[in-house]
Amino acid sequence: MPELLALVKHDCPVCDQVLPALDAAGVRVLSQSDAADTEAQAARLGLEHVPELDDELAASQRFDPDAVPALILLDGADERDRVEGLHRERMLELAEQAGVRLDLDGMPEVRPGCASATRDPEIAAMLAARRARAEGRIRSRELRVGELEDPFEALHERGLTDGLPVVPPTPERVVAMLEHTAREPQDVVGVVPPYGGEATVEKVAVNAVMAGCAGPELPVVLAAVEAVCDEAFAMHGLLATTHPAGPVMVVSGYPGFHAGVNVLGQGDRASMTAGRALQLVVRNVGGGRPGIEDRAAHGQPGKLGMCFAERLDETAPWPGLAQDRGVPPGEPGVTVMALEAPRVIVDQLARDPEGLCASLAMALESVATPRLRLAFDAMLLVGPEHGRIFKTAGWSRAQVQERLHQLTHSPAGELVRGAGGSPEGIEPQWVTDPAMPVAKFAAPIASSWPTRAATPDSSRWSSEAGPRAR
Amino acid sequence: MALTILDPTAERDAAPERPLAQRGDPRTIALVDIRKPRGDVFLDELERLLRERGHEVLREGKPTFTKPAPQDLRRDIAERCDAVIEALAD
Repeated sequence: MPELLALVKHDCPVCDQVLPALDAAGVRVLSQSDAADTEAQAARLGLEHVPELDDELAASQRFDPDAVPALILLDGADERDRVEGLHRERMLELAEQAGVRLDLDGMPEVRPGCASATRDPEIAAMLAARRARAEGRIRSRELRVGELEDPFEALHERGLTDGLPVVPPTPERVVAMLEHTAREPQDVVGVVPPYGGEATVEKVAVNAVMAGCAGPELPVVLAAVEAVCDEAFAMHGLLATTHPAGPVMVVSGYPGFHAGVNVLGQGDRASMTAGRALQLVVRNVGGGRPGIEDRAAHGQPGKLGMCFAERLDETAPWPGLAQDRGVPPGEPGVTVMALEAPRVIVDQLARDPEGLCASLAMALESVATPRLRLAFDAMLLVGPEHGRIFKTAGWSRAQVQERLHQLTHSPAGELVRGAGGSPEGIEPQWVTDPAMPVAKFAAPIASSWPTRAATPDSSRWSSEAGPRAR
Repeated sequence: MALTILDPTAERDAAPERPLAQRGDPRTIALVDIRKPRGDVFLDELERLLRERGHEVLREGKPTFTKPAPQDLRRDIAERCDAVIEALAD
């Protein structure tokens, strides 16, 4: 004989209405509310039996009703039928099949129930987090912040922040963050220098929560973590050096990253938080802490995190950087590069690409110092006004790079140690002819910096491996 | 209310490198100049001390201190030497 099971909660007027009838008929009732509320409800309604508690909402999760009261007809462990809310005729049908005499006289024919406790966003998040833990999708150690502790101070005291407040990475927030990627939470995205900590998707999500990411940025952060863990990026060297460079992310074509406000994305939440998330991964997973492993003598605010998006609308002179470096068109991508703080190059008068390149080249000569040649790379961000000049003239990105490379040559005599009174410069034994032009940059295109595709389903494409099988 | 948060740090400690002393006495040692000014002065002195102790010394250098050592250089050192010392910075 099938049996009946009812799910109710204490603050549902429809549950109040049907509970006395269920109680009188001896139906097994499980309450989604806590012990005190359930007892108070039973006393208020004069029930003979206090409903059992649905411990950990296990039954509610299993049957997952939208509304309570939910009357479920069970054949052993199998559900045969159910009614959600008050529906007199249907409830009597179920009762008859279970051989139960249910008296619903005087009740309305139909009355919708109340949302099941499992539909409360806070409870749903808690249950999702518990499920993720039980299924091994989240495995991070849990840290307890005491009742009297301020969570923001507690995280800072534990050495887990970059100096600014972080969002506490509760299991609920991390599980919600993981919804934004199809990658398995325990996949290793990269092994992060300097200590070789494994950045799993889960760990990246924890740090993305802390950085303030809303969620959709996660695939971009994952792609960036993978890219900086690429040996070619030399993250270890970037931490060990006394130079103030930090990892910079250029986002090409990823929705939600806005480049419309300003070139460097100041004020854009996605850009601000994704850059910060990458640096929190370096700090927390890799162990690269300023002043300890990160040996930057000067440091710079961009090391808190720097990420910006290209503006790839109809005003853009070129396709996206990532797409130019091989990410398939239409697929978003991220390029990472080690860079110092940004600086502005001013030319308000240029109206043609040749003149503009001359101005830009002059300033590019000064990266680090004009005297150091072939050693440093530079990233040139072209603002909308200068971009219009290149677009109107039909200059491609490669053309601009080639021209800038040509124009950033200087005579060896001006670069040699001691020239102009400055001891820095190229070694005299290299200078056979003072008029010999010496390039500032090793090549027009700095090709060794890693680019990764960033799609919600994973980072499928890399500048080394090319397209991978899907 | 007490708050439970997830630890943002790596779950496992990196496997510790074996100390050099446990890997036997290296016969050939590469000294890599990363091309920072006066790195050669330091490495000259190191070479003298190592040769006094009976080691073979191979002097190598990166093209520039701002970039990782090229793969060919790393392979060359790995094939020809038992240990490597880098003059990291000035």
